[in-house]
Amino acid sequence: MIRLDNVTKVYIMGEIELTVLKGISIDVREGDFYSIIGPSGSGKSTLMNILGCLDVPTSGEYYLDGKEISTYNENDLARIRNEKIGFIFQKFNLLPRLDAFENVELPLIYRGVKSKRRKEETEIALDSVGLYDRMHHKPNELSGGQQQRVAIARALVGNPSVLLADEPTGNLDTKSGNEVLDILESLNRKGRTIIVITHDFEVADRSKTEITLRDGIIVNRKVK
Amino acid sequence: MNMSLKNTLKMSIKSILSNKMRTFLTMLGIIIGVFSVIVMVSMGQGATASVTQSIEGMGSNLLNITLTDRTIRFSNDNLNELSMLEGVQLMSPNINWVAPVKYGLNNEAGISVVGVNENYMAINGHTIKTGRLINPLDIENRNKVVLLGSGVSENLFGRFNPIDESISLSGIKYTVVGVLDEKESTLFGDNNNMVLIPYTTGMRQFRTNSVTSITVQGADAALIDKTQSNIESYLLNIYGTDSYRIFNQEQLLSTLNEITGVLTLLLGGIAGISLLVGGIGIMNIMLVTVSERTREIGVRKAIGARRSNILFQFLIESSVISGIGGIIGIMLGMLANRIISTAFEIPISASVQVVLIAFLFSLFVGVFFGMYPANKASKLKPVDALRYE
Repeated sequence: MIRLDNVTKVYIMGEIELTVLKGISIDVREGDFYSIIGPSGSGKSTLMNILGCLDVPTSGEYYLDGKEISTYNENDLARIRNEKIGFIFQKFNLLPRLDAFENVELPLIYRGVKSKRRKEETEIALDSVGLYDRMHHKPNELSGGQQQRVAIARALVGNPSVLLADEPTGNLDTKSGNEVLDILESLNRKGRTIIVITHDFEVADRSKTEITLRDGIIVNRKVK
Repeated sequence: MNMSLKNTLKMSIKSILSNKMRTFLTMLGIIIGVFSVIVMVSMGQGATASVTQSIEGMGSNLLNITLTDRTIRFSNDNLNELSMLEGVQLMSPNINWVAPVKYGLNNEAGISVVGVNENYMAINGHTIKTGRLINPLDIENRNKVVLLGSGVSENLFGRFNPIDESISLSGIKYTVVGVLDEKESTLFGDNNNMVLIPYTTGMRQFRTNSVTSITVQGADAALIDKTQSNIESYLLNIYGTDSYRIFNQEQLLSTLNEITGVLTLLLGGIAGISLLVGGIGIMNIMLVTVSERTREIGVRKAIGARRSNILFQFLIESSVISGIGGIIGIMLGMLANRIISTAFEIPISASVQVVLIAFLFSLFVGVFFGMYPANKASKLKPVDALRYE
């Protein structure tokens, strides 16, 4: 479902060329719970940006649902991010002026879904993370764990092919972190493909497939 | 567009309301700009309207002839010939002097003395309150008789009857034969604060050897151009040069309208500059907003916002600020117009066109000055925007 073929990423900073990814090949199957683990500076954030179509590889091929995306333009990539990918960030990245409902609704607004259907789907998504009764709270009225659950609802609401979580527990205490992981796990059990990027082994332990990244290359693959 | 205008508008209003003070101050620039455009242009148009009105009060079948060559005498015979020309119905010389007027101890300095013939009152629509008009015998015999404007009569005689009283013009005694009704003043002078005397008498007293100004009433307003060209060819015949000028109401109107039009444009232009400054204020604050919200832009792009979505979001935000500012400015401007027109008794009001143009211009300012910041926002790369702290 997601396949990277020998993907590299090179940043040019002035005169210096910085190769962050040095030929990454991965294959994420539908229904997988895939974790990418590595210390900071290993290139895992760059990899996450490429997987999330926020950035494009310097070379190599990226197949998403069987289609190679390097030929896509900005608008195509925006559509893919909207329809096929659900982002969960370390810092939640909810919009502070909008309440939980409006935050979750946003991807559907950009997709052009009609208001009535938007309301239904947003409520379903919020319900699935257990925050139906908090839908009119602003992010600053919610705890960290609740904020991350709103973020998960926002990622889920558009029914994407894959959930992409970047250090989803990085800003949470152990208890909230576990709750978030529980939600991700149960979503995976229902068939949702999930990719988690982390430096936390406990998070990685919960995944089905685990790869370790160091200095831009995969040093270890583990299928459990 | 994959996102409805309604949703974009809702988002923009939300973010505008989230920073009320800043929005208000930004709006203030536009409010002041639109306000001054409305007031300035209205005042210009008010002036134009009152000038037009006073010229139209003159009558559309009148021609004013000014003779500029003093070396050739324009004789009584010439005047007679002029009055016989085709299309000329009535004609009166119209010679202006200024003289002190005295009655007993009452003294009025600098009164306008107009030398006329028996037709002047009819041509200019003067009517008599008491006494009689100047008649052809007065002209022929150079009688020292005078008709008083209502203002002069009031000042010299108060409530007393001035008929048959003797007043002095520059030291020469004249007999008052009549008083004119009050008449609204025009551009060409105060119609009440003047006196009329036979032009023949005046020319002798003031040592004026030639008629310099003549008013002609055409028989038919529709044929006024033909009448004018008859007069022109007659005058050309006498002088051989174009040392005369003939004005008709239309020419005068168009000349004056041109002047007031330029004036209005100038005032509007100056006010427009303040609107421009307001626009720069919008641009400034939108740039701040964009950089403050870089992360938000990143998030929006990550969840599927296109460049156009972001562009429209910020563009609509700046247009809403300028549009609302424009509406407030228009309302304040109209209020000011009311206050000015009651306080100074000049009829000024903003025309629909001016209001519409001011509003559209304020919207345009919002779009124009919002374009750069909005474009900057829309071009942010999602990766960079998300990394922004």
